[in-house]
Amino acid sequence: MTTWTPGTLSPRPAAASRGQMLRAQTKAELTLTLRNGEQVLLTLVIPLGLLVVLTLVPFVTVPGRRVDFFVPGVLALAVMSTAFTGQAIATGFERQYGVLKRLGATPLPRAVLLAAKTLGVLVVELLQLMLIGLVGWLLGWHPHGDVLGVVALVALGTAAFSGLGLLLGGTLRGLTTLAAANLVWFVLLLLGGVVFPLSEYGAAADVLRYLPTAALSDGLRQLLQHRDLVARDLATLVVWAVVALVAAARAFRWE
Amino acid sequence: MLTVTDTALEVVDLVKRYGARTAVDGLSFEVQRGTVCALLGPNGAGKTTTVEVAEGFRAADGGAVRVLALDPRDQALKPRVGVMPQSGGGYPGLRAGELLRLFASFHRDPLDAADLLDRLGLTDVARTSFRRLSGGQQQRLSLAMAVVGRPELVFLDEPTAGLDPQARRATWELVEALREDGVTVLLTTHLMDEAAQLADDVVVIDHGRLVARGTVPELTQGGGQIRFKAAPGLDLDDLTRTLPHGSVAKESPAGSYLVEGAEGPQLLAGVTAWCAAQGVMPAGLQAQRSLEDVFLDLTGRELRA
Repeated sequence: MTTWTPGTLSPRPAAASRGQMLRAQTKAELTLTLRNGEQVLLTLVIPLGLLVVLTLVPFVTVPGRRVDFFVPGVLALAVMSTAFTGQAIATGFERQYGVLKRLGATPLPRAVLLAAKTLGVLVVELLQLMLIGLVGWLLGWHPHGDVLGVVALVALGTAAFSGLGLLLGGTLRGLTTLAAANLVWFVLLLLGGVVFPLSEYGAAADVLRYLPTAALSDGLRQLLQHRDLVARDLATLVVWAVVALVAAARAFRWE
Repeated sequence: MLTVTDTALEVVDLVKRYGARTAVDGLSFEVQRGTVCALLGPNGAGKTTTVEVAEGFRAADGGAVRVLALDPRDQALKPRVGVMPQSGGGYPGLRAGELLRLFASFHRDPLDAADLLDRLGLTDVARTSFRRLSGGQQQRLSLAMAVVGRPELVFLDEPTAGLDPQARRATWELVEALREDGVTVLLTTHLMDEAAQLADDVVVIDHGRLVARGTVPELTQGGGQIRFKAAPGLDLDDLTRTLPHGSVAKESPAGSYLVEGAEGPQLLAGVTAWCAAQGVMPAGLQAQRSLEDVFLDLTGRELRA
């Protein structure tokens, strides 16, 4: 340890540009996600594994070609894993460890922090889309429909799941968030039209189709299989997004 | 724009309640620019609450706090004020170097992160994730994160709690260097030697109220209090008759004597003159109260939960 040269610590306070802060914080968010084994398992390994197993092993009967059914469902699962479960757990622990509180004492504006979190989610989703698309293609997937429709559905789904994830992670303790987010993820995986067609649930399907996961998986499936952009699915996601984001904005606690 | 004022922090009649409990109860003090002020008090005295109001984390229930002449919640303060909370605040999954560089990147003209790590003895753990750092390493990194943006004012909440002597020395050196370079520091501590070593001013609080304030010499050289050791059973009634009116002497435990009175110099002269007349050698004679004595006298000697 050395002595300090006079003047080294002279005050020279000034905030960095928002662009610089956004880049640095987004890099930190991505580093944290990709370095975390559970997050990689949740966002990449499980969706890709499910896609391969469900397509190759016919223990679930689905209408049409298997891969055409499962790729859209797994895409919806991937969006849910990243925007909802991953974000809820990360945010819950960041609150519990006092990270968000401490960031609040730096020049980093809240809006830039949220933008960085959103950018981090979008980059991971892009990675997921590419890998799921690639594995799907290797399994013989032939998608239809337009890219803009996919972008619209994924964007709305991301907004809805982010709202729900921030609502959970912004109100509960880290471990409670972890348990709740994983439970919800599992229930929505089973009831959201990812693994089983909703028709398997009989009359309950009329209610289940309004779940965000079901709306996203059905919306992607109708678009990519049959070129139909289903208004009901879009509207369902819009309602979830608005309700969840408003609730999160009201209930979110930084510490 | 430079604000023309000599006061970096001004706390006036601050009140903060948590439900029925009043954590801070009408506290007032100020910190001059370029000085180090120690907020000293036992556990639960209201130190952290006071600092957190000044940091903008908590709203006051009464009174006013001005930080660099601004409201504590003013966004314009963010680059100008460095904050080291009592614990936590790091992403467990980021490495020490990554965390410090992240915090540096929020500022336009930050300190060199590698140099700061080196001076705080953290170079060897720069690639170790925050969660794997020892408590003392986390503390020092947290200190580095508070000063990396070259702030004008730094809040340090128990900066040396749990540190080994070398790490504490490095922290003290940094605080002294901050003062040399004109940075204002408010630190909380319940360590007397830390306050005595670092602080220009000491603010002693207890139960959320101010109980004393001043420089360390002012606080420790006040009323006369003399301790010495000698053979047990000295005639203390005879001693007090020779001392200024109102002086009190007692022996506790046997052989340890404490003499208290209003006028320090006369008291000391009286005690030594009486000892000389009796042929008694007052061993370990201590005429100056330590900051710890002041602190315990002011805040009581009973243990706090």
